[in-house]
Amino acid sequence: MRAIWIAVLCTMLAACASTSEQDPAGVEDRKPGAEARGADGTGPGSVDLTGKPGGSPLTDPSSILSKRSIFYDYDRYDIKPEFRPQVEAHAKYLRENRTMKMLIQGNTDERGGREYNIALGQRRADGVKRMLILLGALENQVEAVSLGEEKPRAQGSSEAAFSQNRRSDILYQGEY
Amino acid sequence: MMRVAPLAQCAQLEWPSVTKTANDGHGMPRRWFLRALTAFCALSFALGVAPAAAQLTIEITGAGEKRLPIAIVPLAGEGVLPARISSIVRADLERSGLFRGVEVPAIVPHPTEASNVNYAEWRARLADALVVGSVAARPDGKFEVRFRLFDVVKQAAIGGVAYTLSRSQVRATAHRIADYVYEKLTGEKGVFATKIAYVLKRGKIFELQIADADGAGGFFVLRSNEPILSPVWSPEGSRLAYVSFEQKKPIVYVHSLLDGRRRVAANFKGSNSAPAWAPDGNTLAVSLSRQGGSQIYLVNPDGSNVRRLTRTSAIDTEPRFSPDGQFLYFTSDRGGSPQLYRMPVAGGEAQRITFEGAYNVSPRISPDGKHLAFIHRNSGRFQTALLDLETRQMQILTDSARDESPSFAPNGRMILLATVIGGRGVLTAVSADGRVKQRLSVSAGDVREPAWGPFIK
Repeated sequence: MRAIWIAVLCTMLAACASTSEQDPAGVEDRKPGAEARGADGTGPGSVDLTGKPGGSPLTDPSSILSKRSIFYDYDRYDIKPEFRPQVEAHAKYLRENRTMKMLIQGNTDERGGREYNIALGQRRADGVKRMLILLGALENQVEAVSLGEEKPRAQGSSEAAFSQNRRSDILYQGEY
Repeated sequence: MMRVAPLAQCAQLEWPSVTKTANDGHGMPRRWFLRALTAFCALSFALGVAPAAAQLTIEITGAGEKRLPIAIVPLAGEGVLPARISSIVRADLERSGLFRGVEVPAIVPHPTEASNVNYAEWRARLADALVVGSVAARPDGKFEVRFRLFDVVKQAAIGGVAYTLSRSQVRATAHRIADYVYEKLTGEKGVFATKIAYVLKRGKIFELQIADADGAGGFFVLRSNEPILSPVWSPEGSRLAYVSFEQKKPIVYVHSLLDGRRRVAANFKGSNSAPAWAPDGNTLAVSLSRQGGSQIYLVNPDGSNVRRLTRTSAIDTEPRFSPDGQFLYFTSDRGGSPQLYRMPVAGGEAQRITFEGAYNVSPRISPDGKHLAFIHRNSGRFQTALLDLETRQMQILTDSARDESPSFAPNGRMILLATVIGGRGVLTAVSADGRVKQRLSVSAGDVREPAWGPFIK
């Protein structure tokens, strides 16, 4: 039930953020004739602004736009299917916000040479940028850079750490 | 040993003024020395005693099989200086792996460079070579150091030098004396007076530091909250190019060591990395992703005159100029795995250089252009390898697992590199024949990205 209201709210916020096309994504789960009052103290007219600083979908934990990391398999650069909706959502956001700029930072795990890892991280970031542009983002909205192995999210030399560090991060203007 | 937390953002390099006395004799026959030695070397890291927050310490893990016995008599009057020159000279020579210091008894009267040498006595002490000298205070507050080198076996003076120095130049002067002795006895230039640059990471702070080749006197030229990597010395040794993440992405800077002035050499859209100096110091090769991918470009050190050199859809990075400036060695995965290639700087076909293994990166050409040092993945371990460019023979020089960033000494005898031991980043040096090995570490930090500076003019 809560998820439904969050989805509604998310749609409302997205609508506020954008004056162009509306996309009722996330609302389709809504069941006609759902209870007017939820067990958690919400109703059809409830608006909860807690935990949503600035009200931006970019930082709204319930918005897919708040998902900023794309993870990769070892020695791979392709965007796995589970991350495609995320990239698609960011492409849409860039389409709808043409003044918004984005930095994509590609990262690698610590194995191998530092400079070569800069190049490998670049390949990951370039891949995300390419997909964003195919989906309608503009070249001048997106910069793809690499941090190589220099900014690991997880410390240590375990595969668990490595898998956290093989990733691309999406940052919007003002966040870098 | 190295001091960290220096006071200045950038210190001016100082060298003692040199007055060579005109009494250079004949050098020992080179054959005599080479016969005595089978190992190469040059780097020495001091075992100094200076207190420091984070100390660079040296461990010798391998040495030449035969070492030349040399007696270095304490210089008469050297007690007036803040450090004992004879001790530093002996330490330099010994850690080269080529020399062994002979114990010297207290001699009365104290011999100086002008004394008559009792060759029979030194022969009895099994010394093949002998250094004696003196230190005198001058009226202007400076000091004069004189020394002379003797061939005990041939009972002949080889030569001597006099230096004028200030109190702050004692170590530099001692390294120059060690270089003189090394060159006279081995026939090739010493590197004791050269500098090394490296990145020290302590906690979340990154420092690009410079120290003497023996690890002493370290100070930072750049301190940052963001990573610093790939420092390279300009040919004349007064500038460092490096990659800094201070703007949240890799950007190439050129940093003057004389005044601390920094210029952006490459800050294009995308990543800017892997700088290398042309031998004339007027051009940098860099890897840029401004047009997607990582491709090699040439650029002037002030950021002007950018021109693209490689045109592939593969990764092309880590360029290095050949000593004659005509070729670039670089890493590329155009063949499906990272391998080393060579192409003319003027443009043209690239030729593949490495064929052994599926991962060869970080090419570094030897100063004579005959060997290529690089990082080779060997059963999942990243090790330093040396390729003879003529015979195409490859030799693995280390048995470590995470080697990175090899760097030749300017005389080509040693290769300084970064590796990880016990979870900590350390520098090690290995001779080009793999025999002499040394380790340089800091107790409270990771040392990485070493770059050996050029000969001091």
